[in-house]
Amino acid sequence: MKIKDLKELLDAEVFCCEENLGRQIDSACGCDLMSDVLAYVKDQGALLTGLVNPQVVRTAVMMDLICIVFVRSKEPTEDIVELARENGIVVMNTSKRLYEACGILYSNGLTGKVKNS
Amino acid sequence: MSEPLVFHFDIDGEDFISAGQASIQIKKNLRRIGLDPEIIRRVSIAMYEGEINMVIHAKGGEADVKLYEDRIEIILADKGPGIKNIDEAMQEGFSTASDTIRSLGFGAGMGLPNMKRYSDEMEINTEIGVGTTVRMVIKLA
Repeated sequence: MKIKDLKELLDAEVFCCEENLGRQIDSACGCDLMSDVLAYVKDQGALLTGLVNPQVVRTAVMMDLICIVFVRSKEPTEDIVELARENGIVVMNTSKRLYEACGILYSNGLTGKVKNS
Repeated sequence: MSEPLVFHFDIDGEDFISAGQASIQIKKNLRRIGLDPEIIRRVSIAMYEGEINMVIHAKGGEADVKLYEDRIEIILADKGPGIKNIDEAMQEGFSTASDTIRSLGFGAGMGLPNMKRYSDEMEINTEIGVGTTVRMVIKLA
């Protein structure tokens, strides 16, 4: 699906890089532990998380993720948004909880496909 | 053999929130050089975990990334407390990090195992009260 489809499914608000909403994502992961993202995630497009700090963006950069969704209406700070903007990563938030947000995306065809490297 | 291209960084250990800047810069530099994206990903993740470790445990240090024709070496040197038991530290899930660090998404005992996972070779030299040097090699060939 495209990032804009994800945005609509999660009724999410976008904070930066709207120009990239047309980019395609084939998979996603939901995780609050960045070391696990670094260990197990591969070829994912989007990260859904309840953790809000700049390390989420740096982790996304390292893993070539192109979209971050903060759940439970968590608001990214300006430094988080700026770092994401510099790296072309779409940042949004949704009022949904992590489990629910992941479930909605999964049932609409965005499966996990997390692989051990 | 020709001299390697070297990127040097001083890692500021004062602020966990800003940790990882050197790894982002390395990723940009290696992209500019045009290396294979998978190699770039492995180098930057290994270095990022190392950088986070240096900030959490050693109040920063120095990082050198050396680009040879056949390999990339990442050398992370700190003057921290040293690692008491390397075998223990290499186990996934073993951590001495604080609850504060855990609340920020790290400190789950995945740092050193991730560094080993993404490198082809890893050596740790550590001395209690003196510091730790980690050398990682990622082969290009």
